[in-house]
Amino acid sequence: MTSQDQRSVVDRRAHSDHTSMFLRMLVRAAVVRPGRAASALLAMVVAAAVATAMMNLYVDVQAKLRKEFRSYGANVVAIGKDGASLPADALSKIEGVLGGRGMAVPFAYVVARAASGQSVVVAGTDFARVQKLDRWWSVNVWPDGPHQALVGMRAMQVVSPAGQPFDLTFQDRAIHLEPAGTLQTGAAEDSRVYLPMAEFLAWSGVQPSTVEMAANGTPDEVNATIQQLANALPTADVHPIRQIVEGETRVLGKTRSTLYASAVLIILTAALCVLATLTGWVFDRRRDFAIMKALGASERMVGGFFAAEAAALGAVGAVLGFAIGIGIAAWIGRVNFNASVAPRLSVLPYVFAGSICVALLAAIVPMSLLRRVQPAIILKGE
Amino acid sequence: MFVRLLYESFRRQKRRKLLAGIAITLGVAVATAMIAVATDIGDKINRELRTYGANLLVTPQEDTLDVEIGGVNLKPPSDGSFLNETDLPKIKGTFWRHNILGFSPMLPVSVSVANSTGTKDASLVGTYFAKKLTFGKDEFTTGVRTTHPWWKVQGDWPADNSSDVLLGEHLAAQLAEHSGSLLTIDGQPHRIAGILSTGGPEDDQIVAPLSVAQRVLGKSDAVRRIYVSALTKPEDALARRDPKTMNPELFDRWYCSPYVESIAYQLQEAIPHSHAEQIRQVAQNEGTVLSRIKGLMLLVTLAALFASALAVSAAMATAIFERRREVGLMKALGAGNFAVAALFFAESTLLALFAGVAGFFAGSFLAHRIGRSIFDSQITIQPVLFPLILAIAIIVTFAGSAAAIRRAVQFDPVFALRGDA
Repeated sequence: MTSQDQRSVVDRRAHSDHTSMFLRMLVRAAVVRPGRAASALLAMVVAAAVATAMMNLYVDVQAKLRKEFRSYGANVVAIGKDGASLPADALSKIEGVLGGRGMAVPFAYVVARAASGQSVVVAGTDFARVQKLDRWWSVNVWPDGPHQALVGMRAMQVVSPAGQPFDLTFQDRAIHLEPAGTLQTGAAEDSRVYLPMAEFLAWSGVQPSTVEMAANGTPDEVNATIQQLANALPTADVHPIRQIVEGETRVLGKTRSTLYASAVLIILTAALCVLATLTGWVFDRRRDFAIMKALGASERMVGGFFAAEAAALGAVGAVLGFAIGIGIAAWIGRVNFNASVAPRLSVLPYVFAGSICVALLAAIVPMSLLRRVQPAIILKGE
Repeated sequence: MFVRLLYESFRRQKRRKLLAGIAITLGVAVATAMIAVATDIGDKINRELRTYGANLLVTPQEDTLDVEIGGVNLKPPSDGSFLNETDLPKIKGTFWRHNILGFSPMLPVSVSVANSTGTKDASLVGTYFAKKLTFGKDEFTTGVRTTHPWWKVQGDWPADNSSDVLLGEHLAAQLAEHSGSLLTIDGQPHRIAGILSTGGPEDDQIVAPLSVAQRVLGKSDAVRRIYVSALTKPEDALARRDPKTMNPELFDRWYCSPYVESIAYQLQEAIPHSHAEQIRQVAQNEGTVLSRIKGLMLLVTLAALFASALAVSAAMATAIFERRREVGLMKALGAGNFAVAALFFAESTLLALFAGVAGFFAGSFLAHRIGRSIFDSQITIQPVLFPLILAIAIIVTFAGSAAAIRRAVQFDPVFALRGDA
């Protein structure tokens, strides 16, 4: 080695700042003994992943469950005041207010007479929409042609016991219908005959008096929607269907609380696990600690080094764990709800901060224990 | 010698053993609590789902067609046939009586109401509010307060043996009446006990004790329909089959499962001349919601088990890793790999047993607290959970220690004693 070379090395070392040495120590600590560092990092990653998955689920699952609850059908209903029909543009106004965040189905009713002289309720509606809103309707064949009707189980016995075509009369106007399919719900629908809205209007001339709606969103959002609808339709009485709304609020509330309690328990356990592993890891490196002190490093310098190391471990673990946790949450969403759980970046800062806090906490405990010990005793191996 | 080593290890390293023990206890406690909650949540949520109201409807078999729009029946009230009120307690005599949480009979009639502002036609529904009934030795209370939990009353609920009534809130506004005043219904004065708000057709009606409606109709034992609220099992392929096509063995299995269909069948058997039908909106949807929530809790429980297994293994690994020196000494004195490993495994098992028992009770307490604060009811802890949890604790502790023990055993005693870890 020439003196030229030697000077350049000295130069380089003199001009490089302390951070590069600090960084080198950080990196080398992990590189030289990968096993221990890896096991500490693994604990960190797993804990961060579980925490991320739980937080993500907790935030997202409510929206998912709310969607499930919409299978109960309408939660809001608009009825013309005192039994009057709704204005002709009511449905388009309602759709404007809902704006894609819900569904609306119109219903018009008249009492018609069957050939036998019995009264039967005939309803006009939009079958395509009903199929989506009232998914519990048990229908064998949905009507799709002219003069085809959907007949309730009980109405069937009155109007068409053998499944033959039948006539209905309303205000001296008759309509000839063919029973396309039967409907079973176990409620009032079983006693009715359903027609497509256009055909119903042409026959009876009666406009829809009821619009049933499934409005998505939190209870506050639904209430705001109801308020808007009431303003848009002054001639209608818009109210929530309490049976549906209260049931949903209650079941959702309980599920949320259970999930919250579980999430807290799981995150605590994971944090505890990291704490135990990291404490062991730092404790294990008491020799490094002693050597640094023997070489003249100050308490603050050593403390800062270990803290930085723990923080770096926490940060790397948090980022890796976040990615895995998002994956777990997405998998749970797919398995349980058949829908993807959207990754929530808003969770990241919490996971990040939490991981670093736990890592630092895990470093501080063994550090304060080691501070009291003379380096010579540790190096002697006692 | 082995026993003494074991004993001394626990006696001398109290602090270290305590730390590992605490980690296992906590892990087991979380696992116990989560399993207990997950196994019981189906039942708990099922009960909460009953907030949606009755899932079964019993009507007379030979009933005429309902002419009903928006909950207002346009059919003459005396038309059609009726069920007998005296048959009602038999509902509690069916096979699945414990699953039937409540039932309410309904009898709608037309009345004219009169007060100082004039007269008006309205419908009156007779029902039970919270009626005490007996069947055999069983005493139970049932009525709309159980089956229609979303009904809200301003004022008081009427007593079932009184002639007080509830006035729907729309009707009350139209009549300018309030609770406590007197209302003339078909010439008879009735006290308004409270104003009823349901968000449904009852807001325009009068709801009265069943006997009041029967007096108006002039049929002392009549009931038009019965709403039944029952805890059911989600529908599956067997539930949907027609019981007439089943062989006796299959029929027994169907009959003894709390499907909504089989409960409907049993209600039909119990009440003469009746037809029971599931209310599909309520009955069909609760299965989906229930299975979603149960699935979610199952997956969350898996995550909890995983996290607690990890915590236990981490604690064990750390505890054993710290004892390499001891291993070195034992090996230097001539102990074989097997003897060393056996000692460590014995220690782990003992630790897992103690900590597992402590963790089980801590976890039971935790589950109890969760049940109390969230569901206002006890979470039942199946006794079979105890051996299961202990087995899990031991297996997890074993698995957690195995890697660390293997490494400790393979370590060269010379290096271990010199302290070159």
